[in-house]
Amino acid sequence: MDLLRFATAGSVDDGKSTLIGRLLYDTKSIFEDQLEHVEKVSRDKGREYTDLALLTDGLRAEREQGITIDVAYRYFATPKRKFIIADTPGHIQYTRNMVTGASTADLAIILVDARHGLVEQSRRHAFLASLLQVPHVVVAVNKMDLVDWDQDVYDRIHAEFTGFAARLRIRDLMTIPISALNGDNIVERSAASPWYAGSSLLHHLENVHVASDRNLIDVRFPVQYVIRPHTKEHHDYRGYAGTMAGGVLKPGDTVTVLPSGFSTTVEAIDALDGPCEEAYSPMSVVVRLKDNLDISRGDMICRPNNMPNATQDIDAMVCWMTNTPLRPGMKLVIKHTTRTARALVKDLQYRLDINTLHRDDSTGELGLNDIGRVRLRTTQPLFIDDYGKNRDTGGFILVDETTNVTVGAGMITDSS
Amino acid sequence: MSEKTKAPHDYQLSQLRVLESEAVHIIREIAAEMERPCLLFSGGKDSAVMLHVAAKAFAPARIPFPVMHIDTGHNFPEVLEFRDAEVARFGVQLIIASVPEAIERGFVREEPNGSRNRIQTPVLLEACEKHKFTALFGGARRDEERARAKERIFSFRDEFGQWDPKNQRPELWSLYNGRIHAGESIRVFPLSNWTELDIWHYIAEENVALPPIYYAHEREVFDRDGMLMANNEFCRPREGETTFTATVRYRTVGDATLTAAVRSDARDVQAIIDEVGATRQTERGATRGDDRATEAAMEDRKKEGYF
Repeated sequence: MDLLRFATAGSVDDGKSTLIGRLLYDTKSIFEDQLEHVEKVSRDKGREYTDLALLTDGLRAEREQGITIDVAYRYFATPKRKFIIADTPGHIQYTRNMVTGASTADLAIILVDARHGLVEQSRRHAFLASLLQVPHVVVAVNKMDLVDWDQDVYDRIHAEFTGFAARLRIRDLMTIPISALNGDNIVERSAASPWYAGSSLLHHLENVHVASDRNLIDVRFPVQYVIRPHTKEHHDYRGYAGTMAGGVLKPGDTVTVLPSGFSTTVEAIDALDGPCEEAYSPMSVVVRLKDNLDISRGDMICRPNNMPNATQDIDAMVCWMTNTPLRPGMKLVIKHTTRTARALVKDLQYRLDINTLHRDDSTGELGLNDIGRVRLRTTQPLFIDDYGKNRDTGGFILVDETTNVTVGAGMITDSS
Repeated sequence: MSEKTKAPHDYQLSQLRVLESEAVHIIREIAAEMERPCLLFSGGKDSAVMLHVAAKAFAPARIPFPVMHIDTGHNFPEVLEFRDAEVARFGVQLIIASVPEAIERGFVREEPNGSRNRIQTPVLLEACEKHKFTALFGGARRDEERARAKERIFSFRDEFGQWDPKNQRPELWSLYNGRIHAGESIRVFPLSNWTELDIWHYIAEENVALPPIYYAHEREVFDRDGMLMANNEFCRPREGETTFTATVRYRTVGDATLTAAVRSDARDVQAIIDEVGATRQTERGATRGDDRATEAAMEDRKKEGYF
């Protein structure tokens, strides 16, 4: 059984919680005590039906304020796949939350209310899915029951969304007409939409092809931890532990280690269950090398004819996540793969209006939830790839040196 | 087969191995970046899996941090035996933070209902301070409970060990921010994305050792508020509660005064997997008195510094 991680995004009242509740309910991932709780609360609140949205009700602080504070993670499985949902709230701090949820997602579901069509937030969600390079995007046109399953309404939204998405970098886009409340086109194709020839939402989630989304070409192995047992039995053992971030690495491969630039041969790869002939993302392995080189955490093992760009000048799209604005001249901590350095904000080239995609180059700062193109200068070289080529070696976070809070997320644009 | 003919789906891990790799990555990240980590070990199935994964993360070297047991004094003897055997097998240092000892010296006071669930939090925090632990591994999973569903893998705690759900650090890709000031700490949950069923599949695939009380056995129990409590020195039937012998097992292992058994004939891992796959009750809902107290019981305890 494989794994699909997906993020859900929608404006307030698009029915996102109902959809998630429906997926959990229809895949029998809801337990009796949870369902009884929801039935009771539904009755207490005077609802006419069992409100599945209550299944995803979170913290007391949220219930009291009637809002969703943070990304919540939900789990369900079918005989075909296990699913992890990053449920991102639509309003408060939505950019920060959606960026967080989308960063690890294989697929994003964007909910659109059939009665309202594409709204500003739908465009933002599509843009963020594109910025974070979520490989697959599904537009779920919800509440079709409230427009009498009118095909014209659906076709209009489909055409409008496809038109907007053409301006973005979305590799795989699909739209599905649904009613989360009634369960139409969620598990089975619904009789209410004979004009819809595509698959149901769950069928798509179970079958969308994600194996090719990883980078299996460019070998990238950021050294995370050096294993030296210091025991008699393993006296000379020296292994480099880490998680494969790209490519396929094999014993016997010639490799180059950055930043030193020395080359050697892979002697053996120890996976978690013993020796391994091929290591690939996202395997956690230990690599042993023929020659004794000086290698430590933050170094990068790659192939001599296929290396990442080693540079102290980083160009990136940065999403800013804190109240104190980002300004040129600011100093921050940057975490990229297993490497940590200090970074100076050299330049803020423009702020992007994520509703219109307009570039504002007159701005001097990025505020909370703003996205802009930034140039950084780091204290030591990072080994980078374009984010579009590899999310693991193309993404970084920025941390405030004083408060230690994560204040920004960056997607590297590397043209070299 | 030549290399050229291999397709991307030939390079695919099962979901359980993806979760295992993720947990190993998280554990190694803490070992590399944090000064004094420690692994919380209760002897329950989740902490047993976590310890097993930690051992694999550093093999052939030993686990480079100690384990700590918050001992409420209300233990199942089988669990203590298991704890000591595991610690010896992995060659790790065991630290015991004792609640009865803390009661004796007046650091905490016994609660009227006899439960030590709440008072174990100050004992945990005191032990962390004493040993200057900067990161604590816990086996909590996000599918367990609604407050846990929103907690980060690296959960920042202030100098009082408190969790602030409204002020969590964004967590992107596999980049974790463990930077702290003196006195602050990080709680780390490597098994965040595992479900109860994943834990059991992993126990089956990896032959992870567990205390025997997880498997069906005969036990003298009584019914309290719809939960089956064991009749032992910590938990005696009250008036109107009568004991009887039943075939039961435990789905979770916690304070013996609060943790209930479930009726079950599942005597091996495969039988448990079948049972868990078919069960209609969450593990905490079915067996934990501590989470039944109020709707936000877990949320409140986490804010006070609990896991």
